[in-house]
Amino acid sequence: MVFKRKDLLGMEDLSKEEILFILKTAESFREVLERPIRKVPTLRGKTVVNLFFEPSTRTRMSFELAEKRLNADVLNFSSSNSSVIKGETLLDTARNILAMKVDCLVLRHPTPGAPHLLAKKLPVSVINAGDGAHEHPTQALLDLYTIRERKGGVEGLKIVIIGDIAHSRVARSNIWALQKLGAEVRVCAPPTLIPPLIEKMGVKVFYSQEDALKEVDIVMMLRIQKERQNTGLLPSLSEYIELFSLTEERLGLAKDDALIMHPGPVNRGIELPAKLADGKRSVILNQVTNGVAVRMAVLYLLLGKS
Amino acid sequence: MAKLMDKDEIRRSLLRLSHQILEKNREIEDLVVVGIHRRGVTLAERISKMIEEIKGKKLPTGTLDITLYRDDLTRIAYQPVVRNTNILFPIDDKKVILVDDVLYTGRTVRAAIDALIDFGRPKKIELAVLIDRGHRELPIRADYVGKNIPTSPEEMVEVRVEELDGTDEVLILKRT
Repeated sequence: MVFKRKDLLGMEDLSKEEILFILKTAESFREVLERPIRKVPTLRGKTVVNLFFEPSTRTRMSFELAEKRLNADVLNFSSSNSSVIKGETLLDTARNILAMKVDCLVLRHPTPGAPHLLAKKLPVSVINAGDGAHEHPTQALLDLYTIRERKGGVEGLKIVIIGDIAHSRVARSNIWALQKLGAEVRVCAPPTLIPPLIEKMGVKVFYSQEDALKEVDIVMMLRIQKERQNTGLLPSLSEYIELFSLTEERLGLAKDDALIMHPGPVNRGIELPAKLADGKRSVILNQVTNGVAVRMAVLYLLLGKS
Repeated sequence: MAKLMDKDEIRRSLLRLSHQILEKNREIEDLVVVGIHRRGVTLAERISKMIEEIKGKKLPTGTLDITLYRDDLTRIAYQPVVRNTNILFPIDDKKVILVDDVLYTGRTVRAAIDALIDFGRPKKIELAVLIDRGHRELPIRADYVGKNIPTSPEEMVEVRVEELDGTDEVLILKRT
């Protein structure tokens, strides 16, 4: 197949074939990361700007590494020390950066749809690195990659996503992506953290972990943002831990070879205890490694042509 | 379209190549074989097998994809598919026999040499090809050649192998 897209904006509009093609391409880049020299000359002469309007460690570093491993030139921009605080609009900021001859923008922005706006208005490739609570496509791709690596495929697997579904772009991207590849997706959270009408996305909703975990192949934990404690959505953190923290006992309800995933950053003792986060079921750090390979594949597919 | 080689000719050519490789490399302890995707991979496996039959020892054999090292990525409309590189042995201080089906401009081989060097520092790299059709654009030559075929740039040389194409043959075609 031929990958014709200019941008990677979300999992919702990618076809199953496109997703599988990206994952297949990522396998080759995963191998590059194991070489003595973990760098290839592929994007020599291309310039990528990482535009981050929200804090991020993992995603920004992962993109930057992916870009550098492909030999692209990299510029990092974070909104905290820029003209944004002087009132420059997103589009103006982007246009000014492009005036310096840039080939690709990697954008993280608190507003859903911000990357779509730039993609529409600008001639360069735009990669969505997270837009509000909307999408985080490269996270879903690295999750799929990790699942396929461990389970051989995604089709027919039962996967539960536990945590703050309502505010999670990771959940949304994963729900679309996993279902396209034929998985059964469950979501589990207190009712206040389940967005209305989520069933329309084709997922099964659970309010109790005991029911949700039965016979699942993958347990995907989401970070609980401690800030939300004071918004009335969580009665108390200790109640959440009591009911929704993953325990060894609860994990016993899942399949014997069930894997634990987490997009990070992990709140040890809240989403899951340290023992499980570091245990042999956990693939959390594999996800991080695979993230670099998946992002290299996306950058190559968008930029590795004239 | 004309057929330049049939199944038997290809087999005899590869056997001769294998013998030449062994003649030049009497010690096979530090010899490894690497095929360039895609037809080169198949030919590398066959050469490796022939050497095994002659010497009773299987040489470490790997595959190399040169896509990420191409010099024309900024000039082509759609990027080529990246295939897996599989070199699961150290190549430091080894003699690498690099195998491809057709030697033409030399640009693929240039990319392959760059890629190999990212895996280590081989003692030596030698090039074995089934067909040398001329028209080099870089100062590169093969150490072992199955058959030299004079061609014009308007022609295409197509090597077909049973593993990928269902048949063993070398064809010469007019570019369309």
